Amino acid sequence: MFYRESGQFKTSYRADQAIFTIPQDRIFFALFMLMAYVGVPLIASDYLYTALIIPFLCLSLAALGLNILTGYCGQLSLGTGAFMGVGAVSAWNLAYRIPDLNILVVFILAGLITAAVGMFFGLPSMRIKGFYLAVATLAAQFFLPWLFVKWGWLTNHNSSGVITAPQLELFGWVINTPMEKYLFALSIVALLALAAKNLVRSNPGRQWMAIRDMDIAAEIIGIRPMVAKLSAFAVSSFYVGVAGALYLFVYLGSTEPDGFNINLSFQTLFMIIIGGLGSILGSFLGAFFILLLPIFLTRVPPMLGFEFSTALVSHLEFMVFGALIVFFLIVEPHGLARLWQIAKEKLRIWPFPY
Amino acid sequence: MNPAQKTIGDVLLKVENISLSFGGVKALTNISFEIREHEILAIIGPNGAGKSSMLNCINGFYHPQEGTITFKGQPRKQMRPHEAAKQGIARTFQNIALFKGMSTLDNIMTGRLLKMKSGLLSSAIYKGPAEKEQIEHREFCERIIDFLEIEAIRKVPVGRLPYGLQKRVELGRALAAEPTLLLLDEPMAGMNLEEKQDMCRFILDVNDEFGTTICLIEHDMGVVMDISDRIVVLDYGRKIGDGLPDEIKRNQAVIDAYLGVQH
Repeated sequence: MFYRESGQFKTSYRADQAIFTIPQDRIFFALFMLMAYVGVPLIASDYLYTALIIPFLCLSLAALGLNILTGYCGQLSLGTGAFMGVGAVSAWNLAYRIPDLNILVVFILAGLITAAVGMFFGLPSMRIKGFYLAVATLAAQFFLPWLFVKWGWLTNHNSSGVITAPQLELFGWVINTPMEKYLFALSIVALLALAAKNLVRSNPGRQWMAIRDMDIAAEIIGIRPMVAKLSAFAVSSFYVGVAGALYLFVYLGSTEPDGFNINLSFQTLFMIIIGGLGSILGSFLGAFFILLLPIFLTRVPPMLGFEFSTALVSHLEFMVFGALIVFFLIVEPHGLARLWQIAKEKLRIWPFPY
Repeated sequence: MNPAQKTIGDVLLKVENISLSFGGVKALTNISFEIREHEILAIIGPNGAGKSSMLNCINGFYHPQEGTITFKGQPRKQMRPHEAAKQGIARTFQNIALFKGMSTLDNIMTGRLLKMKSGLLSSAIYKGPAEKEQIEHREFCERIIDFLEIEAIRKVPVGRLPYGLQKRVELGRALAAEPTLLLLDEPMAGMNLEEKQDMCRFILDVNDEFGTTICLIEHDMGVVMDISDRIVVLDYGRKIGDGLPDEIKRNQAVIDAYLGVQH
């Protein structure tokens, strides 16, 4: 009824190529961002920040990075956890060894280091595809955490191997409370998400998608597969690296570097599969779903008056979670982002049937 | 169109003594022919004659064991497909090879990537040079969309389009690179009469308006005889005929290949 584009004419290609071509979308998004910057700080508790919102932001950034590689360029990767680890460890080292370095520079450099590592582990993609490539990236997932533990220099020879994030400070603004951390993470994620959207709607994105959809035709058009694939690995790893750095600096505070294990890789992979491969929005929806659902499942039964033992709750959580993933994949293999798109298309003609 | 008005230029691409084999199977044996500027050359032959293999050699997808291919006066032995594309060779495929997840417009814009310069950083920022470039090339791609009469399906993912339209989009994607030589692998396979007529019209218009040299593979003899300037006939990987449509019609070897020989 209200979501309708009839009568809205675009008179320039610039307008037609905008991210949100329909004013209703623009208004909705502006309200959403206003909510994120003003609304959430007004109502959210510290618990909500640390348990839910901040990990959501970090992991959705990681999922976004993986989505660029897997969803847009079609290269399956199981090394996300390790690449987050590279981002976290290199950010920690940069911040520790060069104390006066601006935190944004630290994050960018950490991202670039991860990009280089990601490109190196992306080299097998020249020769192998699909599941075989996934196995090759698995090598990164096992090698890198091992390296973090064995190479003492990386953790400054700390006997416990724990790295602890330093105090965050940005141009004199000391980022201390969960709310400040949230705003800091939100800004980085929003900025990088915008950049990702820009990338996928212009030349690099078209190159990646061409490689994903039909690599032979892509090559015949003049796309160099090596350049396209390695740039996807680089950009993806940059995002994952920054996500890892955020994960350590803003969410965990301190961690053992081998905590960036394969579970994290699988978690991000599930996020993009559930959220929607090849969709920026999908990365966020998937992260939201994967993080929120377990919390929802543990909280709701007590609220409804069911008293289960904690053991039973955690088992139930696994079962319901697994069943829901299967259900979603059967109903909509293209993920939550596709459901959202279908809903919008339906809304355009609502309340009329056609 | 009156063929007399058309001026066929010099040799654009010269194929000399090409031989290609896969293991023990000889796909092409000692093939030589030329494609001249601004002409429409048809390659015909029974199934398995090596027509598609010939196109694959020309755009660098297969590397023939023997022989040379000279394009625009430059001989080459080994070439990757993207290098051929850079030199101005575009093609369409027998089984459509579109990017199914992308819209018609995106497919055509992708075909134009070679002409675009924006790298990762400027694309990520988008505002400024990258946006300007996108708009500039969008204008060109819109001309192609206009030309192929596919305005209505601009934003539709090509996976959802019917077969005939997909063929048209694929032609559009090849045209977006402004090729000097366009290779069409069975552009009319599986089409009905009207769709074939449309496709013929597009091919002739491309040849006429853009001056693009076209080399096509086609099984529909009516179409081939009508639109091509010259015909090369392959059979079992060998060239058995080369000449004007009228000559080919009377060529005994060609008739034998198509109708069989009485033993």
